[in-house]
Amino acid sequence: MRPFTYERPVNVQAAVAAASHLAKPLVPPTQSPAQFIGGGTNLADYMKLGVAQPERLVDLNGLDDAGLRRIQVDDKRIVFGALVRMSDAAAHEEVRRRCPLVAESLVLAASGQIRNMATLGGNVLQRTRCEYFRETSWACNKREPGSGCAAMDGFNRQHAVLGGSDQCIATYHGDFAQALIALDASVVVEGQHGSRKIAFADLHRLPGDTPNIETVLGPADIIVAIEVPLGPWSGRSRYLKIRDRESYAFALASAAVALDMDGGTVRHARIALGGVATVPWRAKKAEEALLGKVLNEGAAHAAAEAAFADARPREHNAFKIPLGKSTLVRALLETRDMKV
Amino acid sequence: MNEAAPAPKENMGAPLPRVDARLKVTGQAPYPADFAAANVAYGVLATSTIARGSIRALHLDRARAVPGVLDIISAGDVGSIDKPKFGNTGASSIGPLHDTKIFHDGQIIALVVADTFEAAEEAAMLIRADYAEETPSASFDSKGAETEAAAGKSPMFKEDVKAGDFDAAFEAAAVKIDQKYSTPTQHHNPIELFSTTAMWQGDQLTVHEPCQNVTGWKVELARQLKIDPANVRIISSYVGGAFGSKGPMTARTAIVALAARRVGRPVRCVVSRMQSFGTQTYRAETRHRIRMGADRNGKISAFGHEGWEVTSRPDPYVVGGTSATGRMYDYGSVLTHVSIVHADRNTPGYMRSPPETPYVYALENAMDEMAVALGMDPVEFRRVNEPKKEPIGGRPFSSRSLLKCYDQAAEAFGWSRRDAAVGSMRDGDWLVGMGCATAIYPSSVAPCAARIRLTDDGQVRVQCGSHEIGTGVRTVAAQMAAERLAVDIDKVSVEMGDSALPPAPVSGGSISTASVCSAVLKAADAVRAKLFAAAVAEGGPLSGSGNEKLDMQDGKVVAAGGKSAAIADVFKSMQVGAIEEYAEFAPKGSTGQALKKLYAGQPEFHGGEEDKDSVKYAFGAEFVEVRINSYTREIRVPRIVGAFAAGRIMNTRTARSQLMGGMIWGISHALHEATEIDQRHARYVNRDLQDYLVPVNADIKKVDVILVPEVDMEVNPAGVKGLGELGNVGTAAAIASAVYHATGKRIRDLPIRIENLLV
Repeated sequence: MRPFTYERPVNVQAAVAAASHLAKPLVPPTQSPAQFIGGGTNLADYMKLGVAQPERLVDLNGLDDAGLRRIQVDDKRIVFGALVRMSDAAAHEEVRRRCPLVAESLVLAASGQIRNMATLGGNVLQRTRCEYFRETSWACNKREPGSGCAAMDGFNRQHAVLGGSDQCIATYHGDFAQALIALDASVVVEGQHGSRKIAFADLHRLPGDTPNIETVLGPADIIVAIEVPLGPWSGRSRYLKIRDRESYAFALASAAVALDMDGGTVRHARIALGGVATVPWRAKKAEEALLGKVLNEGAAHAAAEAAFADARPREHNAFKIPLGKSTLVRALLETRDMKV
Repeated sequence: MNEAAPAPKENMGAPLPRVDARLKVTGQAPYPADFAAANVAYGVLATSTIARGSIRALHLDRARAVPGVLDIISAGDVGSIDKPKFGNTGASSIGPLHDTKIFHDGQIIALVVADTFEAAEEAAMLIRADYAEETPSASFDSKGAETEAAAGKSPMFKEDVKAGDFDAAFEAAAVKIDQKYSTPTQHHNPIELFSTTAMWQGDQLTVHEPCQNVTGWKVELARQLKIDPANVRIISSYVGGAFGSKGPMTARTAIVALAARRVGRPVRCVVSRMQSFGTQTYRAETRHRIRMGADRNGKISAFGHEGWEVTSRPDPYVVGGTSATGRMYDYGSVLTHVSIVHADRNTPGYMRSPPETPYVYALENAMDEMAVALGMDPVEFRRVNEPKKEPIGGRPFSSRSLLKCYDQAAEAFGWSRRDAAVGSMRDGDWLVGMGCATAIYPSSVAPCAARIRLTDDGQVRVQCGSHEIGTGVRTVAAQMAAERLAVDIDKVSVEMGDSALPPAPVSGGSISTASVCSAVLKAADAVRAKLFAAAVAEGGPLSGSGNEKLDMQDGKVVAAGGKSAAIADVFKSMQVGAIEEYAEFAPKGSTGQALKKLYAGQPEFHGGEEDKDSVKYAFGAEFVEVRINSYTREIRVPRIVGAFAAGRIMNTRTARSQLMGGMIWGISHALHEATEIDQRHARYVNRDLQDYLVPVNADIKKVDVILVPEVDMEVNPAGVKGLGELGNVGTAAAIASAVYHATGKRIRDLPIRIENLLV
């Protein structure tokens, strides 16, 4: 690990100032000399591995704004403060009752120890665990722009089949983000120019030619809140995560599903896919395929086909296409059958 | 069933809790890297990022500039120390700093020593190497990999076993299969990281390192450092998981000792999880071809087993499990052949049941296929082929309780409720499958020494240079001493894990309980003999009683007539405060050199397949149920039952724990574990516990262990067959069998994963 300085500002303005002080033009936040730290479950790991080498750590845990640690639920929305720990959000009675998808996406992620530490704001900004990104001796365009992509023709069983580019096929591994993008959530951001709201669907960037630029955030931007609108689909929602072992593993494929049903017919569907794409992945074509349809196996399969129509496999991850489809089919049928 | 402390049956010892249980769960057991060394400096390794070639230049300037850096040892700096040797004690012949050649990914290229761990780590990350890179061979199918016959290349594998005319019998067989199987690369990944702490006091060197062979290491480390073994002490009081990985000494130990001498301070080097993949040993990938022929009644007439194993360029590491598979059933004819394939990889090494895990997996998966081909119940198929004698040398088994194991496990599992039709059992959206397989492990033993001291207050101290690697050997050694000397276990203390103690063999090959208990038994009996002689001597408390009729009960010497004398009274008559006896045990049939070799750190390993009069194995039968989701095909194991017979069971609690842990590892072997290799670069890709998957608690539901009573006094004086490596043999085949039963898909390449089962 490289030496770094550490500070613990007491309010958001001071935190923004501490980071903007070191921010450099054209350097994306992930490579900025100043890094915000929440739970540290991702950043501290990458610092130890030499993947992240910040000069300054700006610790957000001392921020005095109580809203950062609060969960507010009313009939229209859930608002999570960004410093709420994953475990607290997952265990929140109202969250579990009103929108099971959100709670399930959290409780099926990581391990109990990590969920106790990790913050929701940090969670959505977690970086890929691509093996070739994690270890600094491999070529990686995301870690070292222009160095190449060792995963493209290497061992790529866990890599993305959707949203990849010639430069990068690293999977976005998060689970919570799939719930957020499916539910049309947004994030509230504080930065050098004040406060703004960003649709969650606009937060992450496809890798394209610049896989090192992962979000639309600037180096001094802090996510302070996450807003999840509630609607007729919220109660009938779930997260299905398929993985190599029962717990403490990233998704090989996952599906976030919320349905508004009129009897057996789909009035409105919201679908996102995890473990298969480079960014949080909304499956709009699958949603459209279900509109007004009676949700049976056939309709579910048709939606799954639509979801993966553009999938591009590499040598070891082709199985994610049939697996991703089956996962979505199963998730749709199980969500349909929920007793709400 | 499934009790932590099963009630002992015939020939089984009490389920006493481990003597070090409290220390371990409260974090007070001192592991080697916990030892508080004064003024310690920290060593961090730098390792190669190519697998084949040489170092053209090593750039150390930036590393040296890090404040706190004391020294950097790199190629050419190892001065006069000798290169490691490949063998039972040495992991590899590669001396990573003896020249600039790179033999494998992750090879040590430098050791940085600094005042703090952080400075050493930072400096190690700043080292840059310019390589002259050559295209490496990663594995079996790589260009440049060199295949050779294994027999005779290593003392561990002398010959390809065979019997009868395989070709003719296979040709003539009514029903036959000819299939290929494979097992992946695996790394042990003990939770305790590898570490070395070396400290000099004048010319005396003490090394704290997790180790399964303190005596062997003492001698080998002294050889490399060119010093007298009497000046070297290896201490390894507790080991946080070993599984074979801490058996052979790696090159790091001597390099850290050298660094400590150079900086004039103790040096501690803890190897990171990632670096352990390249600097330690591992289980290499294997391939198998099995040909089997039988008549229509299921009687096997021909068994052919060919195996291929990867090893490093310079070292002929081989496991050669055909010596066990070739003797498993009544085959009629046997033909085997093992090859090793040299690639640009680090040298593999022992990993829990090194030969049996991969080879018996292949055999047992083939047995299940054959049973299907014959339309027979797989248990019945094994019953039909149960041998009276082993087919290679025609020797009897010293004991063989395999069918009893099958009967008891099948009963507990509910095998009779299995519908044999493939895909016939379902529970909602889940396909249910049931399968079974045989476990086998040779019952070996080795020379061992032990010292026992009994004091007049009834306290017993047992000293033996064996190793507590989590098996419970401290506890069973204490039980053996307590039983012979008739004292409460609380009065027995056991010292182990120190080369200054009486020498014991490597804690590998499941020999420790048998070897250590045989030596402790001998030492305890010598103490008894002294007490008895004194008790009946003139002036002794039992003067006049016959010596030959004495026994010990409840801390007393007891005569046949019921007269007894407290230990303290016997001591009083002897006018001594302590009796101390040193015993050397050598197995029946040992050579005249056996004890000399024990002290030289090269004990004769008396293998269960070596005796003329009989072969000696422990057996077990494992039954599993799998559930596979009909949509998404993930595989789960809700329950597993294993029944095992292994001679005398010293302690039903620790035995169950070993067997349960083995079966859990077997589940891991079947469904989870694999070290992935980037075939272009011959480099390991998933070098951490995030991507190197092992089961988590949520994966392990119901694990039942049945201990089947068995008496076998032919194996060794203690009557003990080792069982530490028995439980994980066969499990993967049982799971493959269950997966076939659920889905109709025969998976022959491990691990079995979702992608193998997607429609």
